[in-house]
Amino acid sequence: MSYDATFRVWRGDAAGGDLQTFTVPVNEGEVVLDVVHRLQATQAGDLAVRWNCKAGKCGSCSAEVNGRPRLMCMTRMSTFGEDETVTITPLRTFPVVRDLVTDVSFNYDKAAQIPPFTPRARDADGNHRMQQVDVERPQEFRKCIECWLCQDTCHVIRDHEDNKRAFAGPRFLIRLAELDMHPLDVVDRKHAAQDEFGLGYCNITKCCSEVCPEGIHLTDNGIIPLKERVVDRRYDPLTWLGSKIGRRPRR
Amino acid sequence: MTTTAPRGTGAVTPGNGNGGHPPRRATIAARTLRTDRWWLQPLLTVVALVAFIVYSTVRAFQNAYYFSEPYISPFYSPCITTACEGDTFPEWFTGPAWISPAIYILVVPLGFRLTCYYYRKAYYRSFWLSPPACAVAEPHRRYTGETRFPLIAQNVHRYFFYLGLLFNVVLTYDAVLAFRDETGAWGHMGLGTLVLLANAALLWLYSLSCHSCRHIVGGRLNSFSRHPLRYRFWTVVSRLNTRHMQFAWISLAGVAFADLYVLLLATGTISDLRFF
Repeated sequence: MSYDATFRVWRGDAAGGDLQTFTVPVNEGEVVLDVVHRLQATQAGDLAVRWNCKAGKCGSCSAEVNGRPRLMCMTRMSTFGEDETVTITPLRTFPVVRDLVTDVSFNYDKAAQIPPFTPRARDADGNHRMQQVDVERPQEFRKCIECWLCQDTCHVIRDHEDNKRAFAGPRFLIRLAELDMHPLDVVDRKHAAQDEFGLGYCNITKCCSEVCPEGIHLTDNGIIPLKERVVDRRYDPLTWLGSKIGRRPRR
Repeated sequence: MTTTAPRGTGAVTPGNGNGGHPPRRATIAARTLRTDRWWLQPLLTVVALVAFIVYSTVRAFQNAYYFSEPYISPFYSPCITTACEGDTFPEWFTGPAWISPAIYILVVPLGFRLTCYYYRKAYYRSFWLSPPACAVAEPHRRYTGETRFPLIAQNVHRYFFYLGLLFNVVLTYDAVLAFRDETGAWGHMGLGTLVLLANAALLWLYSLSCHSCRHIVGGRLNSFSRHPLRYRFWTVVSRLNTRHMQFAWISLAGVAFADLYVLLLATGTISDLRFF
């Protein structure tokens, strides 16, 4: 079953742009990215769109579909009514390069600032040993495909450009949580999480978890546990006292 | 072949994460392009929370109809002044008669829920509109989150959690006392007993599913394999934690219902259905 869908696509660059309307054929089983490709092939050859795997694993085709941050390759056309106009815009949190392509280098700059994984000394036989049960928790965060949808939807930087200086965004808060929970890592990142990466800016409204295409529970399993670890260090006198008398580990 | 029209170079200054460069974002005037009813959830949250706040405030200041032998309203328990009706808890002091006994204790459940990670999400979204919904612009010009006073005080949540556990013990004790009849004889049960039992059970579920509880029982550890018992606790609490939102709402409704039931009994509007 094919039908003609109405698409509004934002076209322009950093100097300006607007939503342009197209009528595009849609076939059964297609996703938004298929239709964008057809649009590019038949009506707008210079439409800029970033994509790669078409399987929800590369994180390239992030955009906002009807106002919601989505991977275009994972957004089925069957989720829209045939008479429903589908509006596609670039990620609104980042500088636009052209059309649907944004400059996401903010994220790579923040990634470079995270203190890297620093394992403890190897065992006597030269191996690192850890149990599966110990790494299961941080492994959830390894599913991240760095599509930046969580960064895009986070109101801390989406609505306040000036907060980009102080706030790393949910993707990097769970990276900090991942490293802090790692059984082999020896670096204490709790103070840095609060002071350098802006953990306190997060008001846990969970939009990052809502948009994650990998289903990572960023807030419940990453950011809130990290906030609790910071409370241990900074705001809980009993835990602080415990660390001083040796009843609690210092890291 | 389609001719590509030149529309500028597309070059932008790379963001360096210090916020120094101008945004150069796509010029989209609309606050949101969402087409679903994103406003419904915050609206329902406001309605439900305002209804509870109004009801609980009226009841807390009413200073009457909170005890009907053998039941005491959860809003007034633990009842710690000599002015209290009933004998469900030791009377610690004599306060001014015009101050309701509920006023002394409600700071604990209020503080526990106010600093709860779920309720924070709920009221930040619905009351403070920060943000009202995902990908919907918030109306505030500045945002500092929980980095400074007063919101940095949200970090005391675990202390309200500890106090909340003590309150749960008292409310469970109240439910046990409800296995008496009007004369104080043990071995009886009525519908009110079930109401108080359900209320206590829901409060335990809400408290034990708390994010701070999850951290305290095992979340702070990096090596679960060296602490198998705490890992077991953490696993159970983690399972409960996935339903923390549901427990938050159901227990809130449960407290209000338990109070309403005692109110109706105390005013003589209804009579308790006695089982045995």
